[in-house]
Amino acid sequence: MLEIKNLHASVEDKEILKGIDLKVNAGEVHAIMGPNGSGKSTLAEVIAGQEEFEVGEGSILLEGEDLEELSPEERAHKGVFLSFQYPVEIPGVSVTNFMKTAINESRKAQGLEDMPANEMLKKIREKSEMLEIDRKFLSRSLNEGFSGGEKKRNEIFQMAMMEPKLAILDETDSGLDIDALRIVANGVNKLRSKDNAIIVITHYQRLLEYIVPDFVHVLHNGKIVKSGTKELALELEEKGYDWLKEETAV
Amino acid sequence: MDLKEKLVSSFMAFEDGLDLDHPVHEERNTAIKNFETKGFPTKKDEAWKYTSLRGLQKVDFSIFPKQETSLEYKDVKKYFLHEIDTYKIVFVDGVYSSYLSETTHDGVDVCLMSSAFSKPMFQQVIEVYFNKAASKEESLTSLNTAFCKEGAYIYIPKNKMPKKPIQILHLATGNEAALMLQPRNLIVAEDNAEVQIIERHQSLTSNEVFTNSVTEIFAGKDAIVDYYKVQNDESTASLVDNTYISQKDSSVVKVHTFSLGGKLIRNNLNFYQNGERIDSTLKGVTILADKQHVDHHTLVHHAQPNCESHQDYKGIFGDSSTGVFNGKIIVDKIAQKTDAFQQNNNILLSDKSTINSKPQLEIFADDVKCSHGCTIGQLDEEALFYLRSRGIPKKEAKALLMYAFANNVLESVRIPELKARINKIIADKLGVRMGFDL
Repeated sequence: MLEIKNLHASVEDKEILKGIDLKVNAGEVHAIMGPNGSGKSTLAEVIAGQEEFEVGEGSILLEGEDLEELSPEERAHKGVFLSFQYPVEIPGVSVTNFMKTAINESRKAQGLEDMPANEMLKKIREKSEMLEIDRKFLSRSLNEGFSGGEKKRNEIFQMAMMEPKLAILDETDSGLDIDALRIVANGVNKLRSKDNAIIVITHYQRLLEYIVPDFVHVLHNGKIVKSGTKELALELEEKGYDWLKEETAV
Repeated sequence: MDLKEKLVSSFMAFEDGLDLDHPVHEERNTAIKNFETKGFPTKKDEAWKYTSLRGLQKVDFSIFPKQETSLEYKDVKKYFLHEIDTYKIVFVDGVYSSYLSETTHDGVDVCLMSSAFSKPMFQQVIEVYFNKAASKEESLTSLNTAFCKEGAYIYIPKNKMPKKPIQILHLATGNEAALMLQPRNLIVAEDNAEVQIIERHQSLTSNEVFTNSVTEIFAGKDAIVDYYKVQNDESTASLVDNTYISQKDSSVVKVHTFSLGGKLIRNNLNFYQNGERIDSTLKGVTILADKQHVDHHTLVHHAQPNCESHQDYKGIFGDSSTGVFNGKIIVDKIAQKTDAFQQNNNILLSDKSTINSKPQLEIFADDVKCSHGCTIGQLDEEALFYLRSRGIPKKEAKALLMYAFANNVLESVRIPELKARINKIIADKLGVRMGFDL
């Protein structure tokens, strides 16, 4: 599904990613953990096509296709989805209208007609119920005045609507209380299939109790310094990140 | 001969065929003298610092409308809000077009200034209202008063409401190489009356047009007036719109100004609150490109206690377009408990576009709530990435953000078909197709 080779990325001449290698197969869930400033969000945004970052060496392949020349929207059309750590507030555009536009633009890019209105409504109803989202919420302006938890839940709602091949969840757990975390995690688990892949970026192990990863990677100083199975997350929770820093310094 | 000389020297010729004993004619005489003394405003006038009329004064404008030119409705239909039934007062090159119009005297008067000036049945209204709100000092208003002859006359008696909205449409055919128009409108909504009006100026060719319009609006006690100005003209058409609004107790007047095209647009929008518990709303969306120029000069004069005013102007400026927002609020000493709000937000899409925004508050009362805010920025890059990451292409994402930016103003348009129309004009301007209306 996703193959990242020796990826380097920088912003304003400051190198943040310093050679990332990562392979994610269809049907897998990978967790990327790491201390603040290790480059987790940068990695997520670079995969999604944020133009603010300068990609130097290395490549990102989605189903064998190099994403380098593709715009964020083209990557979305190919099935890349990023759940934002800080979803942007857009007053004046309702959640429903936003989703309609997003889905129909993606369909247009694939040479499809607009989704019929009743089908769209059905889908919106189904997915919002899955995430226990109040219907009133859908006519509100996108993220405007939403609580942190509502914003994250709305991100996963969008993921459910877009049905991506590769979903990257950037700190989706931050700002969520335990009930919301459970709802969001359940939603994500329902979206897991043998045909898609999910990358969960998190600082804490808590989310991984609900979304159980197949692999865990630790990012430190722009590099993946350790990879393992879900037990690695527990180890990190217990020991913190300092031992890794020491280990990599040696 | 420059335009001022031409206008002043034409005044005598203009008087031919007018009733010189009519009381209105005295106003014309006084007005032409004021214009002759003051001339066109220049950049030395503080209020005209950023808007120059010099270029226009060099154009050899025809200043007297010729006879009625016939236009086929099908050729100009698109400039009408034809989706709904309305009264229509239509002028072609400044001359009333009965063929394109639909006026009424059924309980309300929706007709012409020329009738109001000449027919005895309207004389009383003219005496009470005509030129009572318009400035006698401002030179362009005086110029209009001097040459006033034709325009829309709307009179809504106490407790009445017209059956449908009213459209005032000024069309310019381009039969003249360059045409100057000076429509004069009078709108009176007596106590507890209600009216909705849409006004549009439209040039049909790329020949030069310069319109210097004056509109007086009077709202009686509890009256409700909804006024929409659609400014989406050719890039060779210039408009100076002088609107004067006088409100009595508990009246509600809302003016929406959509400035979406034209060469030079100057809106002088003046509200005078002559009563208590008055609500005045001034909203505008300006979306410009190329070298277009729009100057909004607003004035809200709070002269009595317990009144409100709300101003919300959004501007989006692309290419080398330029904008001005000058919002003046005066609160008299007796106007305690005034609640005056003013907001002007702007997005500059290019390095060459400019906006000059200036709040001007003169507050003499001590127990008031006055707030103003002004922002100038670019499109939010984070928001743009967010939308694009959901598969919305860059152009559409930008358009969506611009729509969202203008939404506050659009959502208060009370005629849904007009809202849809404005939406469409904006979408066309941005070169996108939106799957929904805001």
